[in-house]
This record gives sequence, structure tokens and C-alpha cells, in this order.
Amino acid sequence: MAKITVDGIVYEVNPQNNLLQECLSHGLDLPYFCWHPCMGSVGACRQCAVKQYRNADDKIGTVVMSCMTPASDGAIISIADAQAVKMRSSVIESLMISHPHDCPVCEEGGECHLQDMTQMSGHNYRRYDFKKVTHRNQNLGPFINHEMNRCIACYRCVRYYDDYAGGKDLAALGAHHHVYFGRQEEGTLESEFSGNLVEVCPTGVFTDKTFSEHYTRKWDLQTAPSICTGCGAGCNTTPGERYGTLRRIVNRYHHDLNGYFLCDRGRFGYGFNSSDNRITEASLVSSHADEKGVRKPLTQQEAQRQFDALTAGDVVGIGSPRASLESNLALRARVGVKNFYAGFSAEQQRCMQAVIAINREQGLHCPDIRTLEQADCVLVVNEDITNTSPRFALALRQAVRNRAAQLATDARIPLWQDAAVRELAQNELSPLFILSPQGTRLDDVATETFLSTIAQQVALLSAIANTIDASVGTAATDEDSAEQARRIAAALISATKPTIVSGTSAGSEALIHATANVARALRKYSVQSAAINLCFAMPEVNTMGLALLMEEGGGTLDEALQRLARGNADAAIVLENDLSLRTTPAAIDAAIAGTDSGSAVWVVIDQLHNSFNARAQLLLPVTSFAEQNSTFVNYEGRAQSSHQVFPADAALRPGYEWLTPHDPLSPLLTTSETILFHSAQTLAAFAGAEKLLPPRTGMQALMKSPRQLHRYSGRTAMHAHSNVHESKQPTDRQSPMAFSMEGLSLQKDSSLLSAAWAPGWNSNQAISKFQDEINGELKQGCKGVHLLQRTLPPQSAMAVNSAKAGKKGTFVVYFIDHIFGSDELSAKSPAITARSVGPYLCIGKSEATALGLHQHGLARVSNGDHVVELPVLIRQRIAAGAVGIYCGAEINRHLFAGSVSVAPVNEDDNVLARSRQMFSDLIINDSLINNSESGRG
Amino acid sequence: MNIIASSTSRPTARALTAEEKHEIDHEMTLYPDKRAVGLEALKIVQKHQGWVSDESLMGVAEYLGMSAHELDGVATFFNLIFRRPVGRNVILFCDSVSCWIMGCDRIKEHISNRLGIDYGQTTADGEYTLLPVPCLGDCDRAPVMLMDGEQHRNLTAEKIDQLFAQRALNKEASESK
Ligand code: SF4
Ligand code: SF4
Ligand code: FES
Ligand code: FES
Repeated sequence: MAKITVDGIVYEVNPQNNLLQECLSHGLDLPYFCWHPCMGSVGACRQCAVKQYRNADDKIGTVVMSCMTPASDGAIISIADAQAVKMRSSVIESLMISHPHDCPVCEEGGECHLQDMTQMSGHNYRRYDFKKVTHRNQNLGPFINHEMNRCIACYRCVRYYDDYAGGKDLAALGAHHHVYFGRQEEGTLESEFSGNLVEVCPTGVFTDKTFSEHYTRKWDLQTAPSICTGCGAGCNTTPGERYGTLRRIVNRYHHDLNGYFLCDRGRFGYGFNSSDNRITEASLVSSHADEKGVRKPLTQQEAQRQFDALTAGDVVGIGSPRASLESNLALRARVGVKNFYAGFSAEQQRCMQAVIAINREQGLHCPDIRTLEQADCVLVVNEDITNTSPRFALALRQAVRNRAAQLATDARIPLWQDAAVRELAQNELSPLFILSPQGTRLDDVATETFLSTIAQQVALLSAIANTIDASVGTAATDEDSAEQARRIAAALISATKPTIVSGTSAGSEALIHATANVARALRKYSVQSAAINLCFAMPEVNTMGLALLMEEGGGTLDEALQRLARGNADAAIVLENDLSLRTTPAAIDAAIAGTDSGSAVWVVIDQLHNSFNARAQLLLPVTSFAEQNSTFVNYEGRAQSSHQVFPADAALRPGYEWLTPHDPLSPLLTTSETILFHSAQTLAAFAGAEKLLPPRTGMQALMKSPRQLHRYSGRTAMHAHSNVHESKQPTDRQSPMAFSMEGLSLQKDSSLLSAAWAPGWNSNQAISKFQDEINGELKQGCKGVHLLQRTLPPQSAMAVNSAKAGKKGTFVVYFIDHIFGSDELSAKSPAITARSVGPYLCIGKSEATALGLHQHGLARVSNGDHVVELPVLIRQRIAAGAVGIYCGAEINRHLFAGSVSVAPVNEDDNVLARSRQMFSDLIINDSLINNSESGRG
Repeated sequence: MNIIASSTSRPTARALTAEEKHEIDHEMTLYPDKRAVGLEALKIVQKHQGWVSDESLMGVAEYLGMSAHELDGVATFFNLIFRRPVGRNVILFCDSVSCWIMGCDRIKEHISNRLGIDYGQTTADGEYTLLPVPCLGDCDRAPVMLMDGEQHRNLTAEKIDQLFAQRALNKEASESK
């Protein structure tokens, strides 16, 4: 610890940081633009000027940039010094020279860092009277607006997009007064993390295009702390609502997980909430003779009555990895544990059991996202994380820069000196190895990408484990793989924080065990060092939660369907689950036939219409994540609360409310809180989950946290078109939050951070006021509760069955995921749909030539029983003997798992043109270049 | 990098000529990093093509294994990398302080009238492009301009007339050959 003096007051600081960061950490207001808490300093904007004095006798001092000056012990500075104040106000005046008088029509207005800093710097009269520089804007695709005239040239956008997120298609073009931040040519921004530009840019140059469609000022949005439902990473978000529709999602800082950044699926994938596909009323297929088969709407009371009547007997309940923990618990409670079945396949359930066991094993550690960023050697096994758990990929792009951090530390360059550190490191990156059936979007920063099928990966992993510890695994059979195994093993062994990342997408237990065996070998090799980082990405928001619940008993989806096919139930309740994504059509048809013959009914509770729930007799509309309180468990086993943002339409209810028998005497029994509390008391898997519940002491016991900022406007006028009397605000009896501006102010209690706001700080950058220090923990935030404890002793390496080879003349199938399209709900959001493609087949060049397939032509794919025609994408980077299938919403992946044969189809020009158009929207990396090979002359 | 994101209407990379490649390859031997050659490569292409079209830019980017966006950041940073077609002769006309004191405005007027172009424009026959530059480092012989790598000093209207007449003659002579 060091001490510095700021305007006569002494502060304790970390001398590793710069003055700006330390001033902000201590809650001082000091304006800045180009500095960013996790991108460091470049000293570009000159806005953070302060006066620094050489010693106590120095009365004159020099103006320095606080972001470029270390907070060294004994430093004496002044923010209030007249010269520094003058300097800052002149700087902002010149930065603003060409800035338009746009605020009233600018979507940044009201949450604009430029507005905040301009005020803070005391520039309130514009003297520049001449012609301003103006620019032409670009169409950057369905996510982001571009309004270059508002740019103040702080360079944050390119530093984020290119340097931090690894984007290649945003550049600083031109120079001096006509510098332009955009693409070389108009077109969709390619990075999967482009949306963060909206928050990184301190002005209104980059704004959220989906928000524009139904724009509302920040202060008029109703917001609550929520969890992203795009995948199982558990990123924290702040969704905002106005007039009953969800308007946008912004990042909510979580120290261990998402930090300051989300992926574009998470940010722009909320539109399904108000999509035309939304189930808005309960309906029942009539069984009366005269109107048999007609679907009739029901009121909520009728629906509940029918539901209770139809499901009175022996009922099969099928849960869901995308429904809240509470809804799954309520379903289980309603049908009883012996009638409760997981909403995922037996295969996935086995994989999840394996993953959970690994997550309980001592000597291994499941890294949170921040820990992923700190890895100094990473092995990614099979999982295409950019497309399945995207935030991981952004973290690994930071992990590879630990080599740069190491070099800088050796050269005694502070890590916040961003430009210097990058200059020093040039192309040097920490090792990242990827095993994947096809080229991935991380290949550009990977040391090597090994194109391999699952069977080959299992063999290679086994060889790696064997290289590290000769008592486990099996040595490679050929010299090439032995050499590969040696390279990877050597890198893992010499790292101090080796990290292995995989997932369950392949549905292969063998792969999971083989992956864990490498970690186990490493653990054995380096006994003294810290636990070995190993994590598995989860495909859905509550995959882990449901898997934990299944530990407490219950069957698999396959068992449920078989039982229904036997006609062995009075009814089936399917909770928020499109079963056609989980199993074959035949299995569903058989189950439905079985229930039909016994006149059992299907009740489906869901958010969006789909072909599966169209077949249910009783369809019940359910609230979305933004309309209910939920608990979701992420890939680490971290349970987190997601709070209701706004009251849903009266016809919609949370799943747990539909499912919990109504007791008029104690309506409180059906709240998410009581369900969670009860499960924490009764189910071992959820012990400790009650810590998520808000404290019932002190001020919080008396007052609720408002969901509306104190400037929320129009409350009295909102409903004036139907009633001139101001209506009462809806009451929230279920949670510690209120649909109101009144209550505990954020400045008093921010344990429920509805939106980051502080006096003078209207943008999301106000978050620094809620952190214990810059990049630190939230002072009052809840980081969630870890449900998985390391209770199992270290296991020795498991024997791994090698996957079986396909028949001659067939190809091994791997399934492709896309960040935009592979997640069921977000795929139904207009902006995401605009970025999605239809199903297609990937095949290697030599295979395609041998079969007579053309690029973008058609292929007939068959597994013997089922045939589908798919557009062809010939890739350079694909494992030999494998073909990839992207299913989109159209193809049932369970039909083609295993191996398939492929044959050409005669295509006409129309087909070619259509698929060419489709593939032109697809952003993949099919480069032959890994980092180790690029950039060398 | 081979990112599949190009629809048919967009420009696509031009294959560099053997000569261009040869010269760029030579530059590559001088730097540890291919991307460092960006500016030299652009100059080489401009030398051969007169300017750097989108297609050329993409060709160079592909050759150097960098993104066209990044390379365009380099290209547009430098005023003398031409990202739009220019005339066969580019007149870099100094409008900085010494030349201004010595009346360069009048000379510029004269050139503009004679060629019918203003700053940033090219004559219809594609012969001349007129561009302003700050200080050619010849202040003691202001006004000054640079044309075809040749510095013309102490400019007067007559000198300009002579210069253009001479060029027209040279051109005729070379065409009749
Ligand atoms: S576009 Fe935004 S982030 Fe980029 S330089 Fe301009 S003001 Fe800064
Ligand atoms: S990584 Fe997953 S949880 Fe995080 S923002 Fe993206 S989709 Fe949401
Ligand atoms: S924040 Fe310090 S110079 Fe920009
Ligand atoms: S000012 Fe024209 S040459 Fe220097």
C-alpha cells in the first residue's frame, strides 16, 4: 500500500495503479474518456488532467494526465487546482468542437458519458461558431446504429473492438479532424461482441439498433437485476421495460462473471418477449363432439380449473433446462418425484452427471470467467465456445494476452500502460490449443487448432494425459499424434494456471472423461500447485440447475416418453420445453399416440408457440424471464437470482404459479422465494440456496428497492388514454422490489442494483460508484451461491471407451452451433433472426470433390432412414472424414446423430443463388492461419 | 484470413501482379512482421496502379494476412496514399505560410482556371489532379509546387503556362512516336 495526497486529503492506494483509477476507486469525480477500467490507459483524450506537485514545497506543480501517471507513494496531486480545472474545460471544449447539438434526438442522451463529463468539466457554453466536420454513416447491420458526427475521437471503440475483442472489421480511418471510426466498407459488424460498443463508446456514435425500434430514455425504463438466458454462463444483465414491453438489455457488472461485457446473443436476443409467436392466452382443444379438435381460449380462472381437473390423477411431469429452478421444483412437487422427468435426453443426463461429479472432485477447480481470463495456457476441447457460451470466448481472448502481461512485468511496464504493453508484446500470445472438428472463431489467437473428430479427440486427450502421467491414458499410436500430445502436454505442464475448457455439446461422456483425465494427470504431476482449472460450458440457462435437481430423483426424458407411449399416465405436463428439440419425432409421436389411446391429455406451459406445443390439449401461457422472479444455476453451479422487471399481461403467470396448488388462505406459498427456501431446506443439492434470498432485517425489512429511477416520468399520464385518474402502481408482494420510484434509494442500498446511476453519472459507467474499488466487487451485490462443493476425493483417471468408427462410405456427423440461431428463444428475436442462417452441411474439399458436390450447391444427407437436402458449405478447415450439420430450427438433430451418407443433388441456379445469399451472411473463420503462423514475414 | 462475408455486389480482392508481389516480398525481408509492410505495399501498388482501389487494398490485405479494414486505417491515415483515382500527373501545391505570403493563392487561381479543376479534382482527360500540401520545405523559393516528383519553385503565372505547354508538347511527341 502506498499513500497519495489529493487536494490535501491522504488516500491509501495501490501503487500498481494509475492516479485516475485510484481517484475513481476512492469515489472522487475526475472526468475521463479514453481510459476504461479493463482496457487501461493510452492518454489519448487529455480529459483526466490533474496538477501534480513534486513535493510539499512545490506550489506551482505541473499538469499531468492522471491516467498516464502511476499512483506512486507520496504523490501529491490536485483535482481542484485552477489550472487543472481550466485545462479540463478547454479540453472538453475542443473535443466538443464538431459535436452536434444533438442531445434531444440522440439515443445516448440521459445516459451519456459525454454529457456527464462535459458537465463535470464545466463546459456549458459553446463558443465555436463555424462549420462542423460531418460524416456519412454506415449501416453496420441489425444490432448497431452508427452516427459518426457525434464522435469525440477517444479511440475507445477500436481499442475495445479490435484490441480487446479481437474484431477485424472496425478501424480508425483517416486522420486528425476527419478521423472516422467505421468499416472499410459498409456492412454488418462481424464480432460476436459488437454490442458492447454501445456501452464502451462514451457518446452516441454506436447505439443499440434494437432499442431504437422502441426507444425510451434510461430514466423512463423500469429495470431490475436479471440473468441472461442465452446460455449457461450466467452473465448478469439489466433489462429495461416501458409500457409493458421489454425495450433492451444492458450489461450489469458481475465481478466473477461477465465483468463489463456481454455477448450479442445476450444483449440483442430479448425480442422474443414481444414476438408475435408469444403465447398470450390459455387455450384448450375441445373434446365436445360438435366442436372436436377446435382450440378455444380460456380465461385464467378457467384455465387453472381445467388444469387442476385434467391433471388430477397419475401425471407425468417433464421439466426443462430453460425454465427457472422454481418452476422445475414446483412441477416436481406437483407430480411427485417418481413422476418427474428431466427435460433433456438420457445422453445429456449422463453427460451432466459426469460433469457434476467432476465439479465436486477435489484438486480440480471450475474457473469463473474472470479466472478464465487469467489462464496462461488453455486447452479447448471440442466445444465451439464462441457459439455456445460466447462470453467464455471473449475471456480466452484476454487469457492469451497473459504472455504480454508477463513480458511487461519483466520489463517493469505497468499493465495499465495499454499501448506500451501491446507494443512490447507484438504477436506474442500465451498458448491456446483447440481440438475441434472444424475451424473456429478463436483460431486467430490459437497456437494450434487440431481438426479432429470426437474419437480422434478422445485418443489425443488420452495421449496427452499419458504424456503427463504415464500411468494414465494410452500413448498415441502414430508419431504425429504423439508429437501433438507432447506439444500440448509440455505447454500445460509449464503453465502456472493451466486451464481446460469444454462442454457437453458433443453429448459424449467419453470425451468428458478423457478431458477430465488430462486435468487429473496435471494435478498428479504438480501436486503442490493450485487446483487445475477445468470447466464445461452449459448450453442453457438452467441446464446445471435441472441436472442438480435430477440428482434428487426422477427419470430421463426417454423414460417419460416410453411410459406415455405405454399409456401409463393420466396426463403429461411439459414445462417450457420444445420436446422436438430433444428427441426424435418418432419418440414424440409414439408418446402422443399412447396418451391418445388412453385419452390422457398433454398440458404444455410455455412462452412461444411451436410445432410441439401446438399438439397439446391444454396450453398455458407463461411469463418470460423478465416477467417473473427466477433462480438459475450456471455452469459453475452458481445459483443466481433473476428479478422480475415488469408485471406481465394478466393472462400470463410464472410456471411455478400455474403448478402450485392455490391456497387462498396463504397465497404467499406460491412465491419463488418460498419455493426456493423450501428446496434449500429439503433437498441436499440445493442446500445453502436460501442465502440468495434478501435479508429481512434493517431497512430492507421496511422498505423495498425501486425498479424505477427517481426521474421516472409520465406515471400519471401513462394510462390517461383509458382513465384520467392516476392508477395505483402494481404491488409486488413476491419480491423485495417495487414497481415504483419510491423506496430505498440506490445510494443507501444497492444490493438490488436496478440500474447503475449516481449523481453526475448517468451512463452505465456509474458502476464504479458501486464497486469497492475499480474492477472490484460490488459493495453490496450478491454474487450468487455456489451449490457445488468439492466433496469428492480426487479420482484416478477413468477408463474411456473409444467412440465407435462409422460404417464404410459414411461420414461422422458433428453438429454446428451458431451464436445467432442455436438458442431456441433468442433465435425468435427479430434482430437475431436477421443474423441467422438456415440449415446447411459442411464438408471438406477433397470429400466434396470426390462426391461431386459444389460450393453452395445441394447435398442429400441420409442416415438410412431419414433423408434431408441441405445447402453445402465446402470448408478448408474440417476434420477428415467428418461432416458438420447445422440444424437451425428446421432439422431434428436426433435424426442424424452418428454417421450419414452424402450424395450430390442437381441444383438449379435459383437454389445456388439462394444458398450463396445465405452463406454470404454467415461469419465463420475458415482460415488456414493460427496465431503462430500469422504475421511472420 | 478468409472470412466468408462477401456478397456478390461487394468488391473482391484483385490478384496482385507478379511485379507488385516481387517488390512487396522484398520489403517483407526487411521487417520481422508482415503487417509492418502495409504502408510500403500500398506505395508499391500505387506506384504501379496510380492509386489504391478497394480491390487492390483487399489484394494487399490478403497478401499480408491482415484485414482490409485494418489496412485501410493505414491507407487513409496518409494523405498521399490515393484511395480514389487521380490524374496521371498529381500536382501537390503548397498552400502553407511562406507560399501564402508570396502569393500562392493567385498561382493556384491560375492553375485552376487553366485546368478547370479545384483542389481535390481531376481534369476530365485524366491528366492532372490538384492537391494542396503543407510546406514542401523550399520556403525560400516560394511559391512552390511538386509535380511528378519534380519541385517547381518561384512560381509565376508565366512559369505555370510554360510548364503546361512543355508537358503538352512532350505528350504529343511521345504519342506520335
Ligand atoms: S466512435 Fe465513440 S468510442 Fe469511437 S472514438 Fe468516437 S467517441 Fe470514441
Ligand atoms: S455468454 Fe451466454 S449468458 Fe453471457 S451474455 Fe452471452 S448468451 Fe448470455
Ligand atoms: S482518460 Fe486520461 S487521457 Fe483520456
Ligand atoms: S510554405 Fe510552401 S514550401 Fe514552405
